[in-house]
Amino acid sequence: MSTVVDTHHEHDDHHDHKPTGIKRWLFTTNHKDIGSLYLLFSFLMFFAGGTMALVIRAELFQPGMQIVDPHFFNQMTTMHGLIMVFGAVMPAFTGLANWMIPMMIGAPDMALPRMNNWSFWILPFAFIIMLSSMLMPGGGPAFGWTFYAPLSTTYSTDSTALFVFAIHIMGISSIMGAINVIVTIMNMRAPGMTYMRMPLFVWTWFITAFLLIAVMPVLAGVVTMVLTDKYFATSFFDAAGGGDPVLFQHLFWFFGHPEVYIMILPSFGIVSAIIPAFARKPLFGYASMVYATAAIAGLSFLVWAHHMFTTGMPVFASLFFMYMTMLIAVPTGVKIFNWVSTMWRGSMTFEPPMLFALAFVILFTIGGFSGIMLAITPVDFQYHDTYFVVAHFHYVLVSGAVFSIMAAAYYWLPKWSGFMPDEGLAKLHFWCSVISVNILFFPMHFVGLAGMPRRIPDYALQFADINAIVSVGAFLFGFSQLIFLAVVVKCMAKKGQAAVAKPWEGAEGLEWDVPSPAPYHTFDTPPKIEAPIR
Amino acid sequence: MSEQHSKPDNSKMITRLLASVVLMFAFGFALVPLYEKFCEVTGFNGRTNNSAAAGSDGNLVDTTRLVTIEFHTRVNRGLPWEFSSEVRRLQVHPGETTTVNFTATNRTGRDMTGQALPSVAPGEAAPYLLKTECFCFQNQPLAAGDTAVMPMQFYVDPDIPNHIRTFTLSYMMYDMTEAAAQGRVVVDTSE
Ligand code: HEM
Ligand SMILES: [Cu+2]
Repeated sequence: MSTVVDTHHEHDDHHDHKPTGIKRWLFTTNHKDIGSLYLLFSFLMFFAGGTMALVIRAELFQPGMQIVDPHFFNQMTTMHGLIMVFGAVMPAFTGLANWMIPMMIGAPDMALPRMNNWSFWILPFAFIIMLSSMLMPGGGPAFGWTFYAPLSTTYSTDSTALFVFAIHIMGISSIMGAINVIVTIMNMRAPGMTYMRMPLFVWTWFITAFLLIAVMPVLAGVVTMVLTDKYFATSFFDAAGGGDPVLFQHLFWFFGHPEVYIMILPSFGIVSAIIPAFARKPLFGYASMVYATAAIAGLSFLVWAHHMFTTGMPVFASLFFMYMTMLIAVPTGVKIFNWVSTMWRGSMTFEPPMLFALAFVILFTIGGFSGIMLAITPVDFQYHDTYFVVAHFHYVLVSGAVFSIMAAAYYWLPKWSGFMPDEGLAKLHFWCSVISVNILFFPMHFVGLAGMPRRIPDYALQFADINAIVSVGAFLFGFSQLIFLAVVVKCMAKKGQAAVAKPWEGAEGLEWDVPSPAPYHTFDTPPKIEAPIR
Repeated sequence: MSEQHSKPDNSKMITRLLASVVLMFAFGFALVPLYEKFCEVTGFNGRTNNSAAAGSDGNLVDTTRLVTIEFHTRVNRGLPWEFSSEVRRLQVHPGETTTVNFTATNRTGRDMTGQALPSVAPGEAAPYLLKTECFCFQNQPLAAGDTAVMPMQFYVDPDIPNHIRTFTLSYMMYDMTEAAAQGRVVVDTSE
């Protein structure tokens, strides 16, 4: 199907010369280097955030207070959320974008390579600042990743200033990344790579980048207001001064809901690349996938108040946000339908990327269903701020976004490293993860429905058994990720079976036309695309 | 496919994207007054008018129905004042002007300034509560140990929908001593 002319341009060694050692990484403007940096950073953050989650689950293993004090517990829930959202999931996607978008559209690099270097390198500083704020007197942020006022204003410690600063840096980094993606996609496509021929991963990232540009500045605005309310006597969120704490929630969720889609749209792109490859059939309904993604992105601006049903909104507003939220299920359903149709009568094989992609489809759908339950205003009064919500967003984010990132890693590791991920270990990783993730998150639905509140270090005795099971699941899931680490390290150490240019029989796309590992420079002369690549 | 051949103009695109970023940042701040205006018009967050409304036209009193108003007073955490209303609930005809007295006592040994902020539940009723005179339009300075009786004169707009039979008017008293000392305007009475 793919007709690519002129891919055999030079991969001569003189093209590959680059500084060595630390300087190579500090000053690199190469999209592949920067992609690797993002991915490794995200992996590190995944383990840091994961460790915090295990502290939470260790405390919650039994009722009563055993291991940490409540204030530290709050810091753990807060930092876990912030790190996973801004440090693990978002940078992983940016890393994938850096590695894959130029190769997928036949471009030699990202459009703005120097800005690319900056957008990565400010990120570690943001996290050093945020993490080190935990060492301040009174501890680090403890108001939840959603930093509701007045928790983050009147009742927060002075580490809040550092938190605000760190969020600003992360925001700037994401915005620069998004600008780079947009300019790259609009200006650097190879001849013949029309918009409707772009792989879906490129499409979903294109739309995600616009979401980032639209909402990251709003987040920057909200944290700025928190800062001035706390230190400069403004009253944006302070009723005493004529402000309104509910306004905080409106502003935050105006950012927050599109943000959750920022964390899932690129997943849709990944899964739309992997399922056709292992079902050996072109993706069903390419155009409808593009439109569905755009529809989801558009609608995501009109549903934010489904996080706020219990704030005492008027009935009319509740109904509006309820129906809008349910409407999002329609384009989401279109996607799931298309993936299933792609598999229908395909000749499927179950290599590790496909296993994770399949688990994604099933488990993400479960998360979507609990989302629809939460969207029903009257029942949300029961579910809100319980473990049911925790179960919902971990199904969409862990067995959704994170699983898709793992699928992507297994799918493209041969291209990145030149070595096949160890299939035995990868399958072990998959089965351990998919079983433990359900032991971890599924029972949370039950304690949530029974009324166990989230973000509380202690709980009523009747929740003890289920919490013990959940904690066991958490430790199993956490330690299963060490298998993933082993697979990645093995590939990076160049051990195992060497990969050919196109290691997956049914895979489509320009990235498979270049050798494995991908040379430092690819598509210096653009390929010419004469037919859709799908 | 001509787009492929036109020379990419990165800087123009970057300028536009950066402008969108700035615009969205400003939009975040613009949402604050927009939200306030929205709430003022719709009463969504239970806010009432914070400057005197025109008096009731005595001819428009709707004697065919009664609306029950419940009064509720609280002092903000840590403010050692007493604050109460002379009545807990009251029935009025829409259009009928009524005065209710509130009492505040400063139980500390120092001069303080308070500010009462009103809120109506359900919010739907908020635009129909029209205050012609209220202590809540200004700060309430109270010398050490003093008690003040503070009147609030209001009427219920006769246009109030029939299904609203009861609503609650709640006042929260905040400590404004520091803000008043710094000369910060607290409630905007300029309208
Ligand atoms: C059919 C799609 C979805 C629907 C209908 C939906 C609905 C909802 C609703 C109503 C809530 C608020 C629950 C409450 O606080 O009471 C919620 C929370 C949440 N959702 Fe979803 N959701 C959907 C998909 C997603 C996706 C795709 C993600 C992310 C990848 C996501 C992430 C979250 C998060 C992080 C929260 C919790 C935020 C917090 O309070 O900390 N959701 N969802
Ligand atoms: Cu949402």
